[in-house]
Amino acid sequence: MSATKSRARSSSQGSANRHPQQQLSKALSGIQGLDEITGGGLPRGRPTLVCGGAGCGKTLFAMAFLVRGATNFGEPGVFMAFEETAEELAANVASLGFDLNKLVAQKKISIDYVRVERSEIEETGEYNLEGLFIRLKHAIDSIGAKRVVLDTVESLFAGLPNPGVLRAELRRLFHWLKDRGLTVIVTGEKGEGTLTRQGLEEYVSDCVIFLDHRVNEQNSTRRLRVVKYRGSRHGTNEYPFLIDESGISILPVTSLGLTHKASTERMSSGIPRLDQMLGGKGYFKGSTILVSGTAGTGKTSVAALLARATCERGERCLVFAFEESTDQLVRNLHSVGIHLESYINQDLLKILPSRPSAHGLEMHLVSMHRAVVEFDPQLVVVDPITNLITVGTMPETQSMMTRLIDFLKLRGTTTFFTSLTSGGNDLEQSEAGISSLIDTWLMLQVVRWGGERNRTLTIIKSRGMAHSNQTSEYRLSDAGLELVDTYVGTAEVFTGSARLAKEAEDAAAIAAGTEEVARKQAEREQRRKALERRIVELKERFEADDAVLVQSIREAARHSEQLAAERAAMALSRQAFTSVAKAAPAPRKARRA
Amino acid sequence: MNTRTDRKPKPVVATAKWELRLYIAGQTQKSVTAFANLKRICDDHLKGQYRLEVIDLLKKPQLARGDQILAVPTLVRKLPTPMKKIIGDLSNEERVLVGLDIRPLGGTNQ
Repeated sequence: MSATKSRARSSSQGSANRHPQQQLSKALSGIQGLDEITGGGLPRGRPTLVCGGAGCGKTLFAMAFLVRGATNFGEPGVFMAFEETAEELAANVASLGFDLNKLVAQKKISIDYVRVERSEIEETGEYNLEGLFIRLKHAIDSIGAKRVVLDTVESLFAGLPNPGVLRAELRRLFHWLKDRGLTVIVTGEKGEGTLTRQGLEEYVSDCVIFLDHRVNEQNSTRRLRVVKYRGSRHGTNEYPFLIDESGISILPVTSLGLTHKASTERMSSGIPRLDQMLGGKGYFKGSTILVSGTAGTGKTSVAALLARATCERGERCLVFAFEESTDQLVRNLHSVGIHLESYINQDLLKILPSRPSAHGLEMHLVSMHRAVVEFDPQLVVVDPITNLITVGTMPETQSMMTRLIDFLKLRGTTTFFTSLTSGGNDLEQSEAGISSLIDTWLMLQVVRWGGERNRTLTIIKSRGMAHSNQTSEYRLSDAGLELVDTYVGTAEVFTGSARLAKEAEDAAAIAAGTEEVARKQAEREQRRKALERRIVELKERFEADDAVLVQSIREAARHSEQLAAERAAMALSRQAFTSVAKAAPAPRKARRA
Repeated sequence: MNTRTDRKPKPVVATAKWELRLYIAGQTQKSVTAFANLKRICDDHLKGQYRLEVIDLLKKPQLARGDQILAVPTLVRKLPTPMKKIIGDLSNEERVLVGLDIRPLGGTNQ
């Protein structure tokens, strides 16, 4: 407590020192989120009007301000109740975890119930409300109060007959409170078209906070808006807030800036092949990962593998399950060889199942906040985020997811979402419309072909790392999730038996090619041999012919010689003079003769 | 109610049947006026039957809570029950009598 006390003091002093003139001194409300929206709390030493319809949480809001001031910041407070008795109040706020009776006994809080009963009061002549001032002063002085709540001062209008006097006295009261430097919350019931029924905003003009309680499709959401804050910048949006057993928490829609640290550390996805596809090292620590896919693509298994890998490193993992109970989840994951019981027993893994329709979105967000703060995990899995859409409208879900992601990013927690894509939608459109917040986005798809459903995984994006553009097939078996060797070919990606068939076909084609070459080679050889054979044959035939020719030439020559010889012999025998005979052989014949 | 108030003025007893408290905050003009008015009305109508206590809230602020005092001056009729409150300087006698549920002694013939 002393730490928070000194923090409150130093922050107020700090701001006062830095800008002694301009900066408004503020009193931390201690209400989670409100101090962020208002940049440090309510205006110190001034009244703040908290208004809204019946049941919007005005009284609890004011009480939270008072109790936090008394317990966390060492500023005792007076609660002046016009509607409920001290006992009723104590009982009502006990549900927020406030022990009023103890605080009253410790003189940290003083409760004064002011009852005004019109029927008991007769008015004769002039009067003022000094009695109220005296009571308030007495209560303030008795505990040294720094904070005051008037809840709801408007009921005086019903109890006192003369509104003119009342208005003048209220004006005096607020001046009086201001003069004493008290930080005040005045509550007021919402009027028709005005912030408060009796126009309290006329008197309290420094800070006005409006509370609202709306029901949308049977789910109620409380919202808070800072209508005005004189002299200070403030968030102007409507901020959802929650009232539960730990008080009031308001959730700023977004944190003020994108200031989170980015880790360069990487972590395994629990699937070695997927790590390879993600630049060889897996996800970035502290990043936001989305797995989207249609029903039955194994989103939960991918999430469980990451959870297991995280737990194996001795880190903690928190799973928000919106579809299955813890037992069912654990049992079903057995079928893919993931056994989570031991991690649950070691308190490394915590599964928090809940029905999306159990509460409104804000309640989900706050319970998630709380669970994360309590368990302090390194990994948060939300399975699936799309179920939350059934609770709220699309923009609400989107804003909720944005806030959740911001919150987890600031903590440096790795976040893993699964998202169910319904068949009719564009597959590359995440349902919750949060794709821009996602760092790594895996898409699981089912390819239906040839009487089979096969699953493929594609990395749609992965900020800050080189990643594979390949659509890979994976199989879920009792050994877990296994990315199959990708079919690397010229055509598109094939899966399942189509892939096997294609592979076989390709192998056959390659084999056929080799045979063809061999056959052509053999044919060439054959042809060459045939040619050679023919050459030899022709040569032989030529030689044969040639021999015959030579023979016939010789015979012809001999025959003609013989003829000539015979003719010479004839001539010789006939003694005939022939020129022919005479010509040549005659001498020989003659000589022979 | 009627029967009770009818009975009261008749047996003139010395003990206080009426217990009145006037809450004031300091000696302001309103306080003084209120006290004077009250004194006069009581003496006229409840002589000897009332006890009047004047409480200055500036001196005893803790007493304001007990009787749920807001306005000053406030006259509280502690007895007879039920408790009644009259706020203001009591300048309108008729309304004070109505508020305290006192029938004027000589005014009516009830």
